[in-house]
Amino acid sequence: MIGRVLAIALVETLIAMRNRWVLMATLIMLLFSLALTFAGSAPTGVLGVDMLTISVASMTTLSVYLAPLLALMMSFDAIAGDAERGGLALLLSYPVTRGEVLLGKFIAHTGTLAFAMTIGFGTAGAIAVWMGGADADSLLALLRLVLTSILLGAVFLALGYALSALANSVAAAAGMVAVLWLVLVVLFDLGLLGAVVMDGSGTFTQKVFPWLMIANPADAFRVWNIAAGDGVALVTGMTGAADSLPQWVAPLSLLAWPILALLAARFSFSKVEP
Amino acid sequence: MVDNVLTIKGAGKKRGAMDVLCDVSLTLRAGERVALLGHNGAGKTTLMKSVLGLTGLDKGAIMVAGYAPGSNLARKATAYLPEAVSFHKALTGRDQLTLFARLSGVEKSKIGPLLDRVGLGEAADRRIGTWSKGMRQRLGMAQVLLGQPKLALLDEPTSGLDPVSRYELYTIIDEMAANGTAVLIASHTLSEVEARTDRIAILRKGVLVADDTLQALTAQAGLPIRLRVRARDGNTDRIMQALGGKRVNGASVELTCDAHMKMQQLRRITELGDLVDDLEMTTPRLEDLYRYYSGDKLQ
Repeated sequence: MIGRVLAIALVETLIAMRNRWVLMATLIMLLFSLALTFAGSAPTGVLGVDMLTISVASMTTLSVYLAPLLALMMSFDAIAGDAERGGLALLLSYPVTRGEVLLGKFIAHTGTLAFAMTIGFGTAGAIAVWMGGADADSLLALLRLVLTSILLGAVFLALGYALSALANSVAAAAGMVAVLWLVLVVLFDLGLLGAVVMDGSGTFTQKVFPWLMIANPADAFRVWNIAAGDGVALVTGMTGAADSLPQWVAPLSLLAWPILALLAARFSFSKVEP
Repeated sequence: MVDNVLTIKGAGKKRGAMDVLCDVSLTLRAGERVALLGHNGAGKTTLMKSVLGLTGLDKGAIMVAGYAPGSNLARKATAYLPEAVSFHKALTGRDQLTLFARLSGVEKSKIGPLLDRVGLGEAADRRIGTWSKGMRQRLGMAQVLLGQPKLALLDEPTSGLDPVSRYELYTIIDEMAANGTAVLIASHTLSEVEARTDRIAILRKGVLVADDTLQALTAQAGLPIRLRVRARDGNTDRIMQALGGKRVNGASVELTCDAHMKMQQLRRITELGDLVDDLEMTTPRLEDLYRYYSGDKLQ
């Protein structure tokens, strides 16, 4: 089984490299991280934190949008594309299970994302350290940012596969992942914000809102990064929301999501008749 | 029977209210080459996909080399060439075959000779995106040969191939069959199939309407032989008086007769002596048989 998963992962990595996906993703991460690090270098003196902390805070906000976007762009074609080209029927006529195919693709794509995140955030972080110093806390925050970004990417990779298997064509899959991104990353927060404004400081805001927010992987990512580092929370001004829940909830949400999403993708893939 | 590599019994499948397959039974023995004919949408591809276990059946059962379709052992025993196969553009031929070899547990050392065998030795390390359709089809054939399967399912294997490549492809198919592989070929190109298969099965709207050797099907269909008699010096009318039939092109008469009446009819024509300039005789070919069995009545 491991051999077959690795065989698929190897070929998918080759494809990602030859399609320039690895290069593109890395460049995008690098450019945005550097831009935010330089643009956000002003308030160090005012808040009394080092430059890396500011950089990590800016990059956290960036990653909430960019990690899901990159992941969905890589995954929407994964099943619908192969089915449309006729390669999926051939692949599945070999002694390989659908789970193995899915896992192989997942490993290759997560690897690509991990490479892009590490280079992008790593380089920006290194420059921040060189320009404005760092301490153990801010280095830990950077490491946390890289790892949780990979997790967030993994969630949206798996969700992308699920939609790719559900769609009848590549075009439909592309539309579906665009809607998913918009809903989970943009509209979800706006909706919650609206509800909180309506409710004032009633039961919804006190009891329901934090849990609803943390159920969204993008918000769980944000809360985990902010709640874990005091400096980051200070910079982003999001201490309130993060403090109202136990510390373990955000990590649990972000760790559970990739598994649940992969199960959903596996189920959705089992319905595909190539 | 142990000898049967593929057994399909009473296979039925519905899509909506339509029967895609209806009570189809077919067996293939080791080394047999069977042509599966039928119009577009007659159910050929669906039948192949249910043998592969990619599509489930509503009724009936399929056994591949003694295993259920889609099980690991059945998949190991089967090779498949999809219609209009397309591989990932960014991969080279060698990458693609290496993946298939890894999945089916075949030695990587076999890949090089196999690519040479189908005439892709030189192109093997170029990206498939730069290949012609014929080359992709050859790569598809190479992956069929990879695992020395017990059963090969080829869906329109010659589509997009030039005549020389078609000939080579059938040589490969003959070799596979000689080595004991049962080969099921779905095709539209009747003239090729006619000479190169042992048995012919015809699907019509999901129903198997014929499954026999070409000779047996010809006899069973009882299709007439067509005779075209060309008259000398405008003697068409006198020939028609003697033989009946129908005038064609002014100067010829066309007759039909059953196979067993052939000699008698020929004698009657020779008796006309100098009135006849030439005689053309057409025995029914696979094309006529196909149209007969697939429901298009002959004129």
